[in-house]
Amino acid sequence: MNDMTPIQTTLKDWETDQEVRWCPGCGDYAILKAVQRTLPMVNADPKNTVFVSGIGCSSRFPYYVESYGFHTIHGRAPAFATGIKLANPDLDVWLVTGDGDGMSIGGNHTMHVLRRNLDCQIMLFNNEIYGLTKGQYSPTSRVGTNSPTSPIGSVDRPALPCAFALGAGARFVARGYDISKDLPEVLIAAYNHKGAAFVEIFQNCIVYNKDRFDDFTQKKVADDTQVWCRDGEPLLFAKGTQGLALDCDTLSLKVVDVADGDWQAAGVAVHNVKNRGLAHMLVEMPFGAFPMALGVIYDDPRPTFESEVVAERAKLIEGKTADLGKLLSKGQTWSVEPEAAHGLMD
Amino acid sequence: MLMNSVNRQESQTSPEAVVVRFAGDSGDGMQLTGGQFTLSTALAGNDLATFPDFPAEIRAPQGTLFGVSAFQINFGSSEITTAGDAPDVLVAMNPAALKTNVPALKPGGLVIIDTGEFNKRNLEKAKYEVSPLDDDSLAKWDVLAFDISALTLEAVKPFGLGNKEALRCKNMWTLGLALWMFDRDRQPLIDWLKGKFAKNPILADANIAALNAGHAYGETAELAGPLKKLHVDPVPSEPGLYRTITGAEAVSLGLVAGAQLAHLPMFFGGYPITPASAILHNLVKMKEFGVTTFQAEDEIAAICAAIGASYAGHLGVTSSSGPGIALKGEAMGLAVMTELPLIIVNSQRGGPSTGLPTKTEQSDLYQAVYGRNGDAPIPVIAARSPGDAFDCAIEACRIAVQFMTPVILLTDGYIGNASEPWKVPDPASYTPFPVTFLEESNNGEGHVLPFKRDERGVRPWIKPGTAGLMHRIGGIEKAIDTGNIDYAPQVHQAQTDARKAKIDGVAKAIPAQDVCLGEDTGKLAVVGWGSTFGPIHQAVRRARKKGLSVSHVHVRHIWPLPENLGELLKGFDKVLVPEMNTGQFKTVLRDQFLIDAQPLTKTSGQPFTIAELEAAIEAKLA
Repeated sequence: MNDMTPIQTTLKDWETDQEVRWCPGCGDYAILKAVQRTLPMVNADPKNTVFVSGIGCSSRFPYYVESYGFHTIHGRAPAFATGIKLANPDLDVWLVTGDGDGMSIGGNHTMHVLRRNLDCQIMLFNNEIYGLTKGQYSPTSRVGTNSPTSPIGSVDRPALPCAFALGAGARFVARGYDISKDLPEVLIAAYNHKGAAFVEIFQNCIVYNKDRFDDFTQKKVADDTQVWCRDGEPLLFAKGTQGLALDCDTLSLKVVDVADGDWQAAGVAVHNVKNRGLAHMLVEMPFGAFPMALGVIYDDPRPTFESEVVAERAKLIEGKTADLGKLLSKGQTWSVEPEAAHGLMD
Repeated sequence: MLMNSVNRQESQTSPEAVVVRFAGDSGDGMQLTGGQFTLSTALAGNDLATFPDFPAEIRAPQGTLFGVSAFQINFGSSEITTAGDAPDVLVAMNPAALKTNVPALKPGGLVIIDTGEFNKRNLEKAKYEVSPLDDDSLAKWDVLAFDISALTLEAVKPFGLGNKEALRCKNMWTLGLALWMFDRDRQPLIDWLKGKFAKNPILADANIAALNAGHAYGETAELAGPLKKLHVDPVPSEPGLYRTITGAEAVSLGLVAGAQLAHLPMFFGGYPITPASAILHNLVKMKEFGVTTFQAEDEIAAICAAIGASYAGHLGVTSSSGPGIALKGEAMGLAVMTELPLIIVNSQRGGPSTGLPTKTEQSDLYQAVYGRNGDAPIPVIAARSPGDAFDCAIEACRIAVQFMTPVILLTDGYIGNASEPWKVPDPASYTPFPVTFLEESNNGEGHVLPFKRDERGVRPWIKPGTAGLMHRIGGIEKAIDTGNIDYAPQVHQAQTDARKAKIDGVAKAIPAQDVCLGEDTGKLAVVGWGSTFGPIHQAVRRARKKGLSVSHVHVRHIWPLPENLGELLKGFDKVLVPEMNTGQFKTVLRDQFLIDAQPLTKTSGQPFTIAELEAAIEAKLA
């Protein structure tokens, strides 16, 4: 049967012969490289890997990965992925979507693939804009975003993808950004999680929403504005001089100063990837007053949808044989004997 | 009219066919009564057809006119193809049922009335100022009125049921009476009741007692006149094993058989919608045949998951009704573009929009043939009857896998819910069409060309998981052979042509159109498709008995049309196309063959009657 020797590949093995057609400087290039670096690290097998995408800039992704790929229709990638995974649970399914594709037109499917817990990796590239349609504000655009459809600034309040995912019942929620050197670490964790793994990746749209995430992705501010969530480690940032602590009066997080590295004395919370309440607080922190929470925010597996479907099916067919003739003649039947048929008319 | 009237004079002879309608509150179990009567009729060897007619509300307010649920059955000793026109016998369980149904009853027909429900309140709800039992408004018919409610309560008294539960046995009492009237065996129903109420033997016994009491009432009551026992001779039919089947069952079984013949597992993605849900309900119980079912979050997800499964090597199937099919349109285009097999079953209902959820119509033909963006041809097949839906489903599977294309199978609410006796086919009598997946390079250099077409223009089917054949597909226009993104002008021209040519080529792989009744040329061809088969067939048969030059042509393959159809129709002076829409197939025939196809349309949510078709035929030939 299957050869169990780990698959050895290199980044090059995951590149296709297709010319990559994103705008020069687009954050998607960095994400593509991060994924192509990740796949050899998790011993992924190209023949068993399927990238499924919807529509939008990010959804061109499958054409550039040397595996199986399906570029589908706007917002529906989770539904295609569900059919693929149920038909063949052995496949490694990666979903590539964007803020428009996954949160707007496909919001419904994002919700259901998460609550069902289909085993797949969902990468939502969030650039807070509609790129492929030339720059309209998106469901994650901040209030006041100027765009061709919001000339004096958008008025809709934005959706928070990670909060949405937790609300939908996701068992794995993580965050990263395009040029982060730690993005493969996040993707490896997503890959190793059995079930739907939701990863929001902030992505710079160089043309329509340039440098939108600079206030936490730029090197000079990164230390002070990023808190990396790692299981069992204190939630520290600013080189360990600040941390996140629980404010028991308001049941919310607060930023505390850490003196001399004594984070315990400062009451800094220790990250626990199985703490759903903490996860909710981390993804909802307003940026500015708080740092941006990155890394694996929540990771608490449950049985996957496809494994439950397989088990249910085994239960339903127990003791049954696939006899088509028997199936067709099920229920009450009667026979017409040849003699009775003699009188057959015209 | 001399036909089949079951009045006092004729009742002792064997009538050729009898139409019985059961009508009551939607909560009265009328569909159940009708369904069981169907079964006992089939067991007695009568050919039959049924027409359930129920409101869209699950439990409409009791006693109201819009809450009436009815079930009509036509059975008799000659081949029956329609649920009949006017009923010979009406069983009316309350005033509302009487009011809405008695106008359809044949003059001289028999109406059986439960006086127990003819109280002031129910009469008011049915908008009767005077009880119809007290004036002469029912004079045209034989009336048999007695207190079925009281008789039922009496019959089930020993079982100590509450009043409400006891009254629920009324439908079985009525059924018992009907079985006596038409000389039907009670035993299969007794067996069925024992099975149905296996967990509650008291309810089983009470229902059986009610059934027996109704039967005994017919046998012993000294009723003069109307209540004469009616015997309908069994129809002689082809020898073999028979069962009754509804269209929804036949589609489900046909899909399972089709997937088996293709040697494929089947994936069914569905979302609940009337009247298509029954297919999902059925397939859930057939998982031992490699069936995976998926109840999706919406119609779009249902078809997208099915396409995903087809991509992964299953036979993807989805089903819905008009509004749901509309939602699936974009995904159908993707299946056309990526050239993956897929079956889309549309159990048509009255539209547009929500329209008539529980009534029948054939108004989604344009949607099936033309309803997508871009040039997106899809083969379309229409079933003519419940039993025919089995073969049509197999045919849909065959075309889908042999041509790597989505296929639309049209049925409708009437076919889906109606049942007819069905000669159980031998699975071995169908020729298998096993699928071959591409397993190795098809360009001679170790590369894969996922869109390299064979002589019929069909691309290979390649499953993810196959070593060395990794490739990408999608909805963007693609280069010849490689499938890489390419929307150069000449490429889109060539691929559009190739997709059209492939589907046009399906016409070479389907049977030539036959004439199902009458000569191959003549004065008038009546061309039908789908569930109008029964009434058209009967009407043409009657017209031919009168010596008229008329033939019946019934088309299964709506797209592409059979290659010989144009020439065939040109052999007739006139072409009449009856359909339950505003003339959709007529337009297709005119467009494809430049013939003067004349429409005969009906959109009342009810099937054509034989009489109206007969009149139309006579008018055309006058």
